[in-house]
Amino acid sequence: MKAIVYIGLKPGVLDPQGRAIARSLNDLGFAEVNSALQGKIIELDLSSEEKTEAKQRVEQMCEKLLANTVIESYRIELRD
Amino acid sequence: MQTAVIVFPASNCDRDAAVALEKVTGRVPKMIWHRDTEIPSDVSFVVIPGGFSYGDYLRSGAMAARSPIVSDLKNKAEKGLAVAGFCNGFQVLTEAGMLPGALMRNKGLKFVCRPEKLKINNANTRFTSRYADNSEVTFPVAHHDGNYFADDATLNKLEKEGRIVFRYADNPNGSAQDIAGIVNEAGNVFGMMPHPERAIDPQHGGTDGLDLFKSIIESI
Repeated sequence: MKAIVYIGLKPGVLDPQGRAIARSLNDLGFAEVNSALQGKIIELDLSSEEKTEAKQRVEQMCEKLLANTVIESYRIELRD
Repeated sequence: MQTAVIVFPASNCDRDAAVALEKVTGRVPKMIWHRDTEIPSDVSFVVIPGGFSYGDYLRSGAMAARSPIVSDLKNKAEKGLAVAGFCNGFQVLTEAGMLPGALMRNKGLKFVCRPEKLKINNANTRFTSRYADNSEVTFPVAHHDGNYFADDATLNKLEKEGRIVFRYADNPNGSAQDIAGIVNEAGNVFGMMPHPERAIDPQHGGTDGLDLFKSIIESI
C-alpha cells in the first residue's frame, strides 16, 4: 500500500516561497493567481495490509517526524 | 570543567565551538558523535553546533532532533544540564521541543551572511550575565532558515518571562519580534541563530561572543 503525505504551512503562517511563486506567476501574465502555498509531498511505500491501522501509523510518523506541527499541517492519502 | 560538542553529519561549526570552549575552559571539549547514545556524566555544558545536520533534509534540524544522542540530551537537560545551540543547533533545539517555536525560511528568501548587531534584551540569564542589559554586541549570522516563528501566546509568554535574550537591531530574516535568541523556562537551555563562537578572536572581527561562553561556564 502507498501513503501520500501532503505537508504544508498552517494558515496564517507567512510562506515567503509561496508568495514569490504567486508573484512570478502574476509577472508571467497569470493575473488570476491570488496566492500560492508551497508544501511538500512524501510518498511512502508501506508493507501494511490494513488501511485503518496504516493510517494511524502514518499519523504517528507525521506527528513524530514528517511535519513540524508548530508551523505545518498534514493530510494523508492511502492508495492500494 | 568538562564540556562537549555534539557532531552530526554535516555539522560545520563544531570545530569553532570546540575552539571557543577550549579558550574559555582551558580544556579540550569532548566531541560526541550523533550515533552515540549517552552524554558522559562528567560533562556539564553541551554545545549543539551550526551546520546542516543530515543535509537539512526534510526540515533544518528535524532529523538531528530525533537522533539517539539528542534523546539522552533531552533527558539530561530536563535534570538541569546546560545546553546551547547556535544556528543549526538552535533549529535542532526547537525541533526537539527543548525550546518553543520554529525556524522558517528567511523572509527575504536569501541566505544572509554578515556581521549583525544584537541587543542584549536580558542580561540576567546564565548565558548573558557578563553583558550589560540593553548593550549591543556584534555576532556573525550565516543562515537561510532563521526566521523565528511562534504563536502569539508563546511570544507573549517569552516576553513576559524575560526569555527573549537577544534581539536583532536590524532584523535580517523576518523573525517575530526581532528575536535572535531565547532561553527555556528553567534557564538552562539556550538557542540563537547568530554565531557567538565565531566572535572570539580579534583577528576574526571581534570578541563579543566570549562573554557568552564565560557567563555560562561561570554559572556552573
